Amino acid sequence: MAAVEGSGAGAGAGGTLFPGLADVSISQDIPVEGEITVPVGSHSPDEDYSTLDEPVRDTIMRDLKAVGKKFVHVMYPRKSSALLRDWDLWGPLVLCVSLALMLQGGSADSKDDGGPQFAEVFVIIWFGAVVITLNSKLLGGTISFFQSLCVLGYCVLPLTVAMLVCRLVLLAGAGTISFIIRLIVVVAMFGWSTLASTAFLADSQPPNRKALVVYPIFLFYFVISWMILTFTPQ
Amino acid sequence: MAAADDLKFQEFDDAANLLAANPDATTISIDEPVEIPKNQHSRQQEPGREEDDELLGTDDSDKTELLAGQKKSAPFWTFEYYQTFFDVDTYQVLDRIKGSVFPVPGKNFVRLYIRSNPDLYGPFWICATLVFTIAVSGNLSNFFIHLGKPTYHYVPEFRKVSIAATTIYAYAWLVPLALWGFLMWRNSKVMNIVSYSFLEIVCVYGYSLFIYIPTAILWIIPQKVVRWVLVVFSLCLSGSVLVMTFWPAVRDDNRRIALATVGTILLLHALLAVGCLAYFFDAPELDFPAPIIPAHNGTTVTTKSH
Repeated sequence: MAAVEGSGAGAGAGGTLFPGLADVSISQDIPVEGEITVPVGSHSPDEDYSTLDEPVRDTIMRDLKAVGKKFVHVMYPRKSSALLRDWDLWGPLVLCVSLALMLQGGSADSKDDGGPQFAEVFVIIWFGAVVITLNSKLLGGTISFFQSLCVLGYCVLPLTVAMLVCRLVLLAGAGTISFIIRLIVVVAMFGWSTLASTAFLADSQPPNRKALVVYPIFLFYFVISWMILTFTPQ
Repeated sequence: MAAADDLKFQEFDDAANLLAANPDATTISIDEPVEIPKNQHSRQQEPGREEDDELLGTDDSDKTELLAGQKKSAPFWTFEYYQTFFDVDTYQVLDRIKGSVFPVPGKNFVRLYIRSNPDLYGPFWICATLVFTIAVSGNLSNFFIHLGKPTYHYVPEFRKVSIAATTIYAYAWLVPLALWGFLMWRNSKVMNIVSYSFLEIVCVYGYSLFIYIPTAILWIIPQKVVRWVLVVFSLCLSGSVLVMTFWPAVRDDNRRIALATVGTILLLHALLAVGCLAYFFDAPELDFPAPIIPAHNGTTVTTKSH
């Protein structure tokens, strides 16, 4: 109370509590205006930010087009940043599920000797991609976690194509010639996958550690190629 | 300023000048020895040096080499802490692999190559490569051995990958853990000059497993003699790396305990190699043709040999 009395001719109608700050403008001097109600609905129908109102077909087609565009980028790898900038995990999920489904039906006399089960393929692909991403980040890479997962997942596309070709060739027969065809196709697609993912990922690594980052990617696609090549139908 | 290659602490003259500018600072005069001990594992110099650094307030680039054990200063829940274990370049990893394959007699692998910068990249990826190499080579070898038999149906044997992974990763992590615990326990009883941190032991074990990768590929050759020669050869190489690393750590101990330790290290290493050979690679057929020799599963009769 003594401070209020001692304010004297200092401030406005309410008096000041802190006489030392009398020359500091306080909120009493500034009138507050405006609304404090939050607008609920979109009040301008011209600008359509929300995608809630668009038809479902538009929503799905937009995502499908994005996924398709990335597939094209993988098949013809150029230095474009579309894969990195607008990452999504739909494509990797579709590829992984289709690859795991196609690897089913492998020969199994006893359950211990057969090919990989669905869950094993799924785990190998996703866990392998996570480990490679962590490895590149720990070595000092500048790429983000999901971007790297996106690239590694999308670059499984050539191997999925190889799996499809292998199954078609195996429908025709399982002899030596079919094995040679399968070998050539799988090796070519393995090289394509590795080169495509290296083209996207290598720039974000420190220059004297590039080989350390590329080698696990090589190992990852090699294991997937091995699973594809050794697939033998029942 | 004196020449830097004298290894004398001449820069403390600058410190004295700096301190003269600020007479209020507390000064401590520390008598430094003339020569720095080359052994980086001895830590007697650290307390004095820490005080000097605080007084100087400079971030001396020598500090990172001399205060070797204090490099990892980030708390363990941050990402940067784990990045310190991957602080290696390509040429360093290749050098360490080369050092594990061509052991120089008398040189310690840890001291020569690792030098207080143990990394987890090498052990982890060498183990991963070894797992898949053994699984793939075993599968290929079995395929070639049983190729001509009419009743043979190729199976990918994918379950063996998980077994191989469990075995090799357990060996590469649990054995160093046990060895480190044992060395720490002996250190409390006998004063050793050389003591290794847990990560350095993991590093040595990881890199010493590298020689098994080409060995596993060569095990595809279905000749028993060739396989056993390979086992002995790779065991000698990687075993010598391990022995030369760990002998200085135990040689001051009781003679019998030292020999038992080194013997156990070698025995476990040999067990790993022989176990992998026995489990993942089927025995090749006998080379001598005999009229009726039932194969080991008793369903086919080998009449031709190759």
